[in-house]
Amino acid sequence: MTATTSSSEQIKKAENGFMRSFFHRGRGDSPFKTLMIHLALIAACIIAVYPVLRVITISLRPNDTLLTTSLAIIPENASLDNYRAVLFGEPERGRDSDFFLWLWNSISVVSVTSIFAVILAAVSAYAFARFKFPGRTAGLVFLLTTQMIPAGMLLLPLFIMLAKMKMINSYLGLIIAYAVSSVPLTIWTLKGYYETIPVDLEEAALIDGASRLTVFTKIMLPLSTPALAIAFLFSFMGGWSEYLVARVVLQKDSLYTWPLGVFTYASDFTVSWGKFSAASVLIAIPVMALFLYSSKWLISGLTLGSVKG
Amino acid sequence: MDNTSTLRRYLPAGLWVLAGLAVFFLLRSWIAPYSDGISLNADVVVASIKQIGGFVLAVLVFLAVLEIYFYQIFFRKPSNAVNAVVVRFIQVVVAAIALMLLVVFLELTDLIRLGEGALGSFFRSPSTLFDGLKTALVNSQMVESGGATMAAGGIVVLVLLGLFGLIQALSEPRHSRLGLAYLLVLPAVVGMLFLIVYPFLYEIRLAFSNASLGTQATKNASYGLEYGWQNLVTLFTGNVAKDAKFFEVFVRTILWTVINVVFHVGGGMGLALLLNRPMKLQGLYRTLLVFPWAIPTTIAAMALRNEFDSKYGMFNIILGNIHNFVTSVPFLNWLSFIGPVSWKQDPFWAFVSILLSNIWLGIPFMSVIILGGLQSISSEYYEAAEIDGANRFQMFRNITLPLLKPVLTPAVVLGVVWTFNKFDVIYLITQGGPQEKTDILVSSMYKAAFSFYRYGFTAMFALVIFIVLFLFTLFYMRITGGLKGATD
Repeated sequence: MTATTSSSEQIKKAENGFMRSFFHRGRGDSPFKTLMIHLALIAACIIAVYPVLRVITISLRPNDTLLTTSLAIIPENASLDNYRAVLFGEPERGRDSDFFLWLWNSISVVSVTSIFAVILAAVSAYAFARFKFPGRTAGLVFLLTTQMIPAGMLLLPLFIMLAKMKMINSYLGLIIAYAVSSVPLTIWTLKGYYETIPVDLEEAALIDGASRLTVFTKIMLPLSTPALAIAFLFSFMGGWSEYLVARVVLQKDSLYTWPLGVFTYASDFTVSWGKFSAASVLIAIPVMALFLYSSKWLISGLTLGSVKG
Repeated sequence: MDNTSTLRRYLPAGLWVLAGLAVFFLLRSWIAPYSDGISLNADVVVASIKQIGGFVLAVLVFLAVLEIYFYQIFFRKPSNAVNAVVVRFIQVVVAAIALMLLVVFLELTDLIRLGEGALGSFFRSPSTLFDGLKTALVNSQMVESGGATMAAGGIVVLVLLGLFGLIQALSEPRHSRLGLAYLLVLPAVVGMLFLIVYPFLYEIRLAFSNASLGTQATKNASYGLEYGWQNLVTLFTGNVAKDAKFFEVFVRTILWTVINVVFHVGGGMGLALLLNRPMKLQGLYRTLLVFPWAIPTTIAAMALRNEFDSKYGMFNIILGNIHNFVTSVPFLNWLSFIGPVSWKQDPFWAFVSILLSNIWLGIPFMSVIILGGLQSISSEYYEAAEIDGANRFQMFRNITLPLLKPVLTPAVVLGVVWTFNKFDVIYLITQGGPQEKTDILVSSMYKAAFSFYRYGFTAMFALVIFIVLFLFTLFYMRITGGLKGATD
């Protein structure tokens, strides 16, 4: 009892305090502690955000001051030359811009992979979630094991297979290579989601004479649209900024996805750091906006699926 | 719902389309003056859509044929004895041809060798027929040689559909309890077999070969147990990529994994505990703190690689400023050892640089997961503990940790596995340098395969890594009993 009374006295004291007016006070935290918590969080935020801001800074630097030891966020003589060069090429140096080509390549490869993965997963995850059939446990254990296979591990056999099938240096090879990692993960995520939907709905429909297939298409799929979107996003993000596999499968410049393309800027420091940063900003802003916008659902998808408690 | 007018129902969609078109034309008119400098043009787009579209079509048709075939096996039964003979005959022939094609595919990818004898030509007969059909089509001037495959494929599919139609006519429906389940998992199973099981078997076969650049990959490679043994001996006693030795890289991999996961979980836990309270600005903090997770890893890694530059990189500028500050203040002189560091040349600092980068990238994910776990813990536990006079540490130790376990266990297991395998950061920042002193197992393996073309060796290497990870996971699950409910 003494503990509660003393803490409620503290609360009363704190309520009159100056800090109370600005910082909302947590579970019995003193104003000083609240201040420290905010300071710690602000420091963490700076560490999290500053390197990202640096990329923007460098993208705004005019070419003659790329090499500076300044740490200012808005550089002197900020200019958009780098963005211009990345988007529209440099006619004066006779260079075309491949930026849109890279984006197009990335988008087509990754979206086709993700659509395939989601379709395969939406259908098979339903079977895993709702049917008890011989082979089910084996299938699930297999799916879990695939999570343990090093990303690069199957790359070598895949590479040789694709080479034999003449699919190196084509979109198809990369689509197949990305499907390797995205299909099992998507099945796992969706199975987790389906299991959270109560069985009662389906059972009611089944009693009313609906077939299993009708139940799936008319009840399960509409109910799981958000999960399908999440699974698509996961799969998309998995392939979207992938570098190592793309580097092996695609060797022709005109097929480069954006990570490969942007890396051609990043590989020499002095010449193209500004252009690399500009390209990065152009790519990262929509992606980050989408990510932050959808993070709530993404997180719920994570906790439902692969990292299910 | 039904009495809303058609206009009203389709107006929003129409407006969206209009808005999309408006944005498109606006961008187009804005970009048009510069379009000479942009290498993406309509031709490129059409060509890639053709390529991808053809592929998608082929896969969909293949899956559809497969589904129909198995649907008839599960859900149709022949209506009388005579029909049964016909139906089963067609089904067996189709399956046999499919198996023959599969064997040809295995041969195409060099998993097996049929040779030129009678056996080989028997298995190749369906594909020989298919090629014959193609040449016949081209010779009869019906199609261009470019579209021959598609036309011939179309004919084959039509024939198959005709056969399926015949089966459908000769059979009657029947009930199958599990048929639907198998039909639903079938596409995924086929996908898994092709994408994972087959490459895995292929890898095992490669591991027992001497495939390398000298043997033109698998073309002239020899297979045998002695090659597998040789690869294994090289792995443990020789050089794994160029100069590095296995155990040296193995120890570094363990360090890399442990340090990363400890900091990820520790940092994530710290941030989550700080955030898990009613407070102002919480939404803003959460948004800013997930930045490292939100930014595409490739961009972050490449940007950080430049920031580790010895002169113009952010880290050395900051360290240099600290150094100047410390030496200018008399009583801080003893700190003057802090100063710019050669991130790229010194193996130790190179390792620190990739660790810093990966820790920075990984903390937000863990903090989000842990925060989710913390928020699901009811505050009643803490109130009860407060009444009992428990202090903050005791509450953390006896309430928070045990209740977080179901969230933490899988997150840590997956975190370990992912970190163990994660080398894009390493590859993009240091490329394993200097002198392979920052390589971990997986990045050494990648280099052995794609920089040094030691295929057989790499396959054995990959199998060993897989076994290490597999043992770890089994061990961890045995200890913690985690992931138990995952397959129920």
